[in-house]
Amino acid sequence: MSARRPSATERTASRRIVAAFGVSAAGAVGFAVTYGLGGNTAREGICLAVAFAGLAVGLAVWARRLVPVDRYVEEHEGFTSPPTEQAMTAAVLTAPDSPVRRRGLLAALGLALTALGAAALFPLRSLLPFDRARPVRALKDTPWGAGVRLVDADGRPLRPDDVPADTVVAVFPEGNVDVGDAPAFAVRLEPQRFSRPPAGGHLDGLVVWSLLCTHAGCPVRSYLKGTGQLLCPCHQSSFDLLAGARPVAGPAARALPGLPIEVGPDGFLRATGDFTAPPGAGFWDSP
Amino acid sequence: MITDRLARALDDRLRLSPLTRRALAKIFPDHWSFMLGELALYSFVALLLTGVYLTFFFDASNGDRVYRGDYAPLDGATTSAAYASTVRLSWDVRAGLLIRQTHHWAALVFVAAIVLHLARIFFTGAFRKPRELNWLIGVTMLTLALANGFTGYSLPDDLLSGVGLRILTSVVESIPLVGAWLAALALGGEFPSDAMIPRMFVAHVLLVPAVLVALISLHLGILVRQKHSQFPGPGRTEHNVVGSRLWPSYALRSLALFAWVLAVLFALGGLVQINPVWLYGPFEPAEATSPAQPDWYVAWGDGALRLFPPWEFRIAGHLVPGPLFPGVVLGGVTFLALYAWPFAERLRAKDRSAHHLLDRPRDHPVRLGVGVGALTFYAVLTVAAGDDIIARLVRVPVYDLLSLFRVLVLVLPLLAGLLAFLVARALRRGDAAGIGELTRADLRRAAHRSIRPPGADSGESETPARDRSGERIEMWPEGDLWRWRYRDADRHLVITGSRAVLSEEEAASAARVAYPGVDRVVVPGPPPAPPPGPVRAALRGWGRAAAAGSLLLAALLNRRRDRRRQERERAEPAAPPETADKASTGGGRT
Repeated sequence: MSARRPSATERTASRRIVAAFGVSAAGAVGFAVTYGLGGNTAREGICLAVAFAGLAVGLAVWARRLVPVDRYVEEHEGFTSPPTEQAMTAAVLTAPDSPVRRRGLLAALGLALTALGAAALFPLRSLLPFDRARPVRALKDTPWGAGVRLVDADGRPLRPDDVPADTVVAVFPEGNVDVGDAPAFAVRLEPQRFSRPPAGGHLDGLVVWSLLCTHAGCPVRSYLKGTGQLLCPCHQSSFDLLAGARPVAGPAARALPGLPIEVGPDGFLRATGDFTAPPGAGFWDSP
Repeated sequence: MITDRLARALDDRLRLSPLTRRALAKIFPDHWSFMLGELALYSFVALLLTGVYLTFFFDASNGDRVYRGDYAPLDGATTSAAYASTVRLSWDVRAGLLIRQTHHWAALVFVAAIVLHLARIFFTGAFRKPRELNWLIGVTMLTLALANGFTGYSLPDDLLSGVGLRILTSVVESIPLVGAWLAALALGGEFPSDAMIPRMFVAHVLLVPAVLVALISLHLGILVRQKHSQFPGPGRTEHNVVGSRLWPSYALRSLALFAWVLAVLFALGGLVQINPVWLYGPFEPAEATSPAQPDWYVAWGDGALRLFPPWEFRIAGHLVPGPLFPGVVLGGVTFLALYAWPFAERLRAKDRSAHHLLDRPRDHPVRLGVGVGALTFYAVLTVAAGDDIIARLVRVPVYDLLSLFRVLVLVLPLLAGLLAFLVARALRRGDAAGIGELTRADLRRAAHRSIRPPGADSGESETPARDRSGERIEMWPEGDLWRWRYRDADRHLVITGSRAVLSEEEAASAARVAYPGVDRVVVPGPPPAPPPGPVRAALRGWGRAAAAGSLLLAALLNRRRDRRRQERERAEPAAPPETADKASTGGGRT
């Protein structure tokens, strides 16, 4: 035990450190109590922040005030080993009985390992189950087809009158509301304003297009009614519904695929085929 | 006392003393920018701790699950298990939201710290030989951090992240020939597939973190082996490192930084809401949030997707979709350039020597110009990812803003890079003391091709021949050991060797390596080291009291046991003698 009395600055620093650690402990207790009393995200966060901040302040003051400040130097030997050292290592590695001297055997070993490595790649194919369609086929095909009825998000079939004049209605193939590439929308436009006819045709101005942007696949949900334009909220591509859903601004380059429709004998809308092109973002084998 | 015993016990088995002494004497240069990497390390630790807690409550499945809990708008709703469990974790698990938000904030801070650390390494040339390996590992960790950030962001299966995942899938599908296969292999089918949440979960909590832990260990191991680089300064050479020792000062400071990181992260996690998935709703293929912005570190990709013009073309009837260029090509070029930079610079400068002294950013105008230009480019892309929000705020049509950004993203980086290049050249020529004092004439002069000022940025003159009259190495015995220090009388500078060595020769050889060509003298030692401070004295006092107490207790227990044994032996005189022997050896040293 030292006989020396600590200096005044040391005593002040010590008091501050003890106080900081005390605050930290109080924060920890506060967290435990808050948790025990039913929890509160903000209060728990503050308590933990106080606990760790106290710890940090205490440690920082300790490092700054009580540890002798001095500059130190460490030598830096460089990394290239002396030539003798390198030569000795090389001699050990290439000794007469060393495996690296058996070139023929090494080649055979390399062949075996390459074959093994290549074979190990095969099970990766199982990441895509065999019973599913090939990826490109899957991207091209959707649940739409001749006779599939149009339903809304709740699965109710739609009649032509269910599509009001001032908005777009999301429509889905009956029984496949959750399928990723199926969403479409129905909209009522004035046929005389068409500068280009819709790709899938129309029923007295009732048109159905794929809902997925041809840029990156986001649903294009913002309808600017007066201009007949539809805006994608992700990257602001916009499509002119009066001109065959052609892209007019933003990064999209292809028109929205249309869905050919008719009114079935039951009075409900139904598709007469799949989209006129694969919906959503483009890919190598897009027709 | 107890520490002493434990250390002895470990040393008896592992012979740790020499290693520990060297490790504790490791030198860390004193500069704030050396803390950025630690910031990343500590936020990673925070990520691991909070992440493990989250895995106990998160249900990584696309299967249906009915949410029942405190969040009334969703009570009774059937959503994916991933989404329902995230809402439950946020609303019904005590401290769950705090940990979840802290985890998310820690991820944002983690990537930010990595990027700042990378910028520091880049601008100071710390990636040069022999540290290229650590640069490669670091860039790899950045890609992994981005990947893990994205998968973590997508795991809750909410509407915002679901749309983000769909965009990424579209980007992958845009790759010629193999895109559709790659996307399908990753997701286990067409987006949105049933396998995607479990797969992202495995990648997020197992594969990528495991690789990150391995790479961090390697990164730090190489760092310790190669020792730190340092900024040039008095007493600093290519053959030494000047700074603070690991023990005690740096250890305390580093722990303080760790505590600060946790304090800030928990404050953010508790007080600043982030990613409120219950407001976004579960992912539905036909829905999208508006506005839709990703986390900051992928925003540059999103901005690039927005700004890239609608260019698509066909090769032999095959479509090359637009997202290929801003998505795949830009990302690929970015990371290839990062990986290749140290080697490209080495090739260009024909510089094969090792560097342990860092450049100041101005010392290398080309590097500074390229770096500033690149950072500006990515910054503009990041801001462009919020163009719809900016348009709403300043009431400008979004397409006007889009055109503006398309120009800015090309022009600003060039201007910023050129300006940085000129400023660096002007500063290097010594036209002004600091950036604030530069005049336009200085910049104009810097723009003209000029002969390099002598001594600046020349790899050959590592140890310039300068007057060493004021410099000397002083060595002195300290008990059985030897210490040494470097003294520069002209600059009033004294730097002590980081550790004591066993002999005068050893001290001399260390000093010779650190300061080649400086004369050595033996001096009487400096005044004895100051006695321990009050805290340590008090701790030691408590330690001794505790040790004395435990010894006393042990002695008492022993005596009682002896007495009992004697009583027992008296009671059963027929007891075999071996048992008594065994008992006495097991009874400890009495």
